Amino acid sequence: MTTETLIWLLPLPPLAAFALIVLFTNRSKALSHSIAVAAALLSWLGSMAVFIQAIGVEHLGEHPFHSVLEWLPVGDKPFEIGVLVDPLSAVTLFFVGWTVLMIFIYSVGYHNFGQPAGDHDHPGLPPHGATVHGHTVPSVEPMYSRFFAFIALFAFGMYTLVVSDNLLTLFVGWEIMGLCSYLLIGFWFAKPSARAAAIKAFMTTRVGDVFMLMGVAYLYAATGTLSFREIFFNEEVLKHLAETPALGGFLGFSAAGLIGVLLFIGTIGKSAQWPLHVWLPDAMEGPTPVSAMIHAATMVSAGVYMVIRMFPLLSAGWEEGGPLTPAMTAMAFIGALTALFAATIALAQNDIKRVLAYSTISQLGYMIAALGIGAYVAAAFHLVTHAFFKALLFLGSGSVIHGVEHGVLHTGNHKVDPQDMFNMGGLRKKMPVTFWTFLIGGFALSGFPFVTAGFWSKDEILADAFANNLPVFLVLALSALLTAFYTMRQITLTFLGEPRTKEAAHAQETPWTMTLPLVVLSVFAIGYGWVGIPEGLTGGAIPNWFHEFVAGTLPEHLPVLEFNILPMLFSIVIALTGLGCGYYVYRNVKAGDPDPLQKPLGMVYDWLKNKYYFDQLYDRIFIQPSIWVSEVFTTLWVDRGLIDGILHGVARISYSVGGILRNDFDLPVINQFIGDGSAKVVRSAGFELRKVQTGRIQQYMVAAVVFAVGALAFFLLR
Amino acid sequence: MDFGALLLTLVTFAPLLGAAALLLVKPEQKNALRWVALITALVTFGISLGLLAIFNPADAIRIDLPWLSVAGWNVHYHLALDGLSILLVLLTTLLTPLAILSTWTSVEDRVRQFMAFFLMLETGMLGVFLAQDLFLFYIFWEFTLVPMYFLIGIWGGERRIYAAVKFFLYTMAGSVLMLVALLWLGTQYNTFSLPELIAQRANIPPQAQTWLFLAFALAFAIKVPMWPLHTWLPDAHVEAPTAGSVILAGVLLKMGTYGFLRFNLTLFPQASWEFSPWMALLAIIGILYGALVSYAQTDAKKLVAYSSVSHLGFVMLGLFALNQQGIQGALLQMINHGLSTGALFLMVGMLYERRHTRALDAFGGLWKVIPVFGTLLLIVSLSSVGLPGLNGFIGEFTILLGAAGSDALGNAWNQIVTALGVSFIPMRSAGGLWFAGFAALGVIFAAAYLLQMYQKICLGALKAENQNLKDLSWREIITLLPLLVLIFWIGLYPKPFIDLIAPAINQMLGY
Repeated sequence: MTTETLIWLLPLPPLAAFALIVLFTNRSKALSHSIAVAAALLSWLGSMAVFIQAIGVEHLGEHPFHSVLEWLPVGDKPFEIGVLVDPLSAVTLFFVGWTVLMIFIYSVGYHNFGQPAGDHDHPGLPPHGATVHGHTVPSVEPMYSRFFAFIALFAFGMYTLVVSDNLLTLFVGWEIMGLCSYLLIGFWFAKPSARAAAIKAFMTTRVGDVFMLMGVAYLYAATGTLSFREIFFNEEVLKHLAETPALGGFLGFSAAGLIGVLLFIGTIGKSAQWPLHVWLPDAMEGPTPVSAMIHAATMVSAGVYMVIRMFPLLSAGWEEGGPLTPAMTAMAFIGALTALFAATIALAQNDIKRVLAYSTISQLGYMIAALGIGAYVAAAFHLVTHAFFKALLFLGSGSVIHGVEHGVLHTGNHKVDPQDMFNMGGLRKKMPVTFWTFLIGGFALSGFPFVTAGFWSKDEILADAFANNLPVFLVLALSALLTAFYTMRQITLTFLGEPRTKEAAHAQETPWTMTLPLVVLSVFAIGYGWVGIPEGLTGGAIPNWFHEFVAGTLPEHLPVLEFNILPMLFSIVIALTGLGCGYYVYRNVKAGDPDPLQKPLGMVYDWLKNKYYFDQLYDRIFIQPSIWVSEVFTTLWVDRGLIDGILHGVARISYSVGGILRNDFDLPVINQFIGDGSAKVVRSAGFELRKVQTGRIQQYMVAAVVFAVGALAFFLLR
Repeated sequence: MDFGALLLTLVTFAPLLGAAALLLVKPEQKNALRWVALITALVTFGISLGLLAIFNPADAIRIDLPWLSVAGWNVHYHLALDGLSILLVLLTTLLTPLAILSTWTSVEDRVRQFMAFFLMLETGMLGVFLAQDLFLFYIFWEFTLVPMYFLIGIWGGERRIYAAVKFFLYTMAGSVLMLVALLWLGTQYNTFSLPELIAQRANIPPQAQTWLFLAFALAFAIKVPMWPLHTWLPDAHVEAPTAGSVILAGVLLKMGTYGFLRFNLTLFPQASWEFSPWMALLAIIGILYGALVSYAQTDAKKLVAYSSVSHLGFVMLGLFALNQQGIQGALLQMINHGLSTGALFLMVGMLYERRHTRALDAFGGLWKVIPVFGTLLLIVSLSSVGLPGLNGFIGEFTILLGAAGSDALGNAWNQIVTALGVSFIPMRSAGGLWFAGFAALGVIFAAAYLLQMYQKICLGALKAENQNLKDLSWREIITLLPLLVLIFWIGLYPKPFIDLIAPAINQMLGY
């Protein structure tokens, strides 16, 4: 089998698993998860094989694995779709393969496989526990098989996106993931909050998608192709796009600039960047493996992947050190803003998953900002490391919640929210594996110096910003400080100190299906950073493999940034300060205590707690007016009032004219002389249909013919 | 008469023969009546597949015989199957048996008349898509009105009389001017044959072109329906029985868009070019307006009905982009709309049969009790939303590409901008993209109203009265299955469908 064939096959096992589970095995839980995990395993194997082949090819960027197929004949030139593995897709495949497989395995334990069915469980609601020998134990998820079907379909979408060689199939994968995200956020569909969150997610990302689709359409109209290589490796095309004014100079954009901005709006939606960030925190309504896979490691990363992929276009016309293109400016601004903005909100969240959700938004902002200032490799590097450590953190939080839920079942006090960190504390003793792996993930997120992957990738971004764009550097550095702070706040509140509730005291370590993925992911959360250590630091003793490899994706070779010790010192200080403060402030929180930050921050704390009131604002300025326009203005006023009003008016006038004709002409004139005899025949023939006869139809048909003949006569005799 | 010509005649009149055969069955034997009707429709479908088998995309299958010759009017019996009509013919012959299947338990009253009207309707629709003689076309066109009028008027809901009359009058009023126009053409150029008239189209004076274009356009625009001539549609749909709605949305509306394609664009190219921005403007208003009104509906059927206004706006936009991509997309989208909206109406009908209500508030959480229904409704809704991987996306995407690259729209935009002298909004070229951009907003709205419908029906808390609903029966699944297969097929591999229609479109555009 050639590597190209293998790449074509990569997305298929999960799709087959989806079909098999939906059609045949949905009644058997064991069979369903076996099929799904086996499919994930196959795709993982394939991805690793492709990855190994890819790193063995010299100059993979120039000679990638590529194969095409004619798909949709549009116009003269048929639309070809194909698969492509170049360095960027190779490293993406690597982390997608690992995280997807781990999350599939984790889901088995998360949904309580092997436990009895619940006493009062319903499909569409989270399981409530079952009674065995008088004890309450966790119960298995009633829609277990359906869950695996959905995540398998999702994996298909993600693999499709990664191996696509063109924007169209990338968009197909993108939307399939959007659909699965919708289905999985609303997995417990009988919960009104989950239902609302699902719709919110789909609609918000859809806004971005439509702009992206416009960008795709414009790109196609301008170049006649959507294939990455045909656009990026063709200097003439890029030059042409960069120099043609968009739409004759709309807002001073070049064609490349406008297309870039449109595509980037798609990313804003998908990767939950400000101002379309509102859906991601609510998406935590879904089961935790979903949050880990879709809303941390893969789908939201796909938004960043897309802009990294499109970088040659987004940066067309930009030269190292020169002014940024409109798309890059937008990315630098929105990315940096989002990084800081989301980090501040994360400070005041008490739900363990919501903290991570805002942290995800913030970290994605990092990558976007990095790409905006031209730090192509740094953005890709952080994309990969973040996928590992954030999936780890989410899975860890799921394990924590699971453990605390165990305590809740034990005490039977269902008023205790097992996701609220203020109800936890001291879990390190009860859940050692979860604790240590979470610690690794949290340190990676904070950028704990030297050992964690997050340190190296974040440092590369900061170093680049330090050299090229000081304002962005300052914003990102501040966000990094906050990140370290809220991460340590989370770790301290959850694992350190003493349990603040009985439930936390009775928490239990989760089964191996859940802890094994944590261990595997924590290996990457540490080790993956070592492939991208700046050569300037080690004097070339350890090669910066990642930069070497991924930079080869671009047709022009990006210069390696000259090593500067200053930003690295900054990142070390920032990470340690943040971690230290986080521990110091939260080390002594007792049961029932308010957040120690509440008092000193005052009003600001309320703002943060309420996410700067964006939900309320959007409701006021977008949702309510749209509903008014839809329900009142168009439906009541225009449709029923104006348009039908005119129609009914016309009908009434013709009716009275008809009445006059009938009474003053028809009855006295026609009926007196002609008609009654023939009318009888007609009447008996039409007997069957009499009930529906209104009498008006015949009048109008006569009128129509008279009118037609008259009009014809007018035209002919004129 | 060669084999193809024979099949053409057969496919058109087989349903009529079936309708006659129904007279041999006693009115009480309802099942026998249903079977006769179903078998007739299936045979018709079989014949249309036979036509597909011998069809060559580059060439039409044709039959042309002199028929009436009165007062210098030479009316021919002239039918042809070409790339513009083949998919619509297949759609008609496919949807008819499915619609008949859907009436199995829902129509108990006067089954014989119902089936007879239904089959008559099929003949009428097929005639409309096949006729190549203007006069013959008009006869078929008006012929479809009568059975539909009775289907709504007899088997409809509470306000059926209002709806039936509104439907009839509206369409009638629209076609009168078309009749005038085609009679004028026929007398002026001494033929009603469409190919002959196309050959002479250069001789039609520009001013006459404008008037003729408008006369035809009015008839077709009402049928489509284009905003603001659409208000008959929701009423007709809400009152019509399920099978009627399926055919109404699936096929009858396409007669309007097909009419634009077959007559306006081919006979009056100059006028089409001039009117294209206006038609595109109305189309975009229709897309957004239909979507907004749709969102406000509390009745599932009305919601789907208004969504048709929105979706057909896309078709019209594609047609009046006046380029290859736009028209290809429009033609494909006609089929897509027939498939997904047909399926939506079928499924709303299935719900109605179970609960005797279509109010969205009456449902909720149904995914739990009737999972097969829930899953299929989701697929069909997403196809209508335009999710990639399903058919709707291919159509909408191609149409948007067509509109974005349209010379006709771009040129008009330039003229508007120049005429207004607005130099502060420098957007002179690529004007088509503006049209595409506004239309794309409809894609967002489509997700809003369809997901809201889905959420209200299938998600959320379950009501007590819905606890014992029965999931879909085998008959119902079989009814939906062909539509689902096509929804996926077109979505995943549209090439065979495009290959059927592309040569005819190229020929029409003069490539």
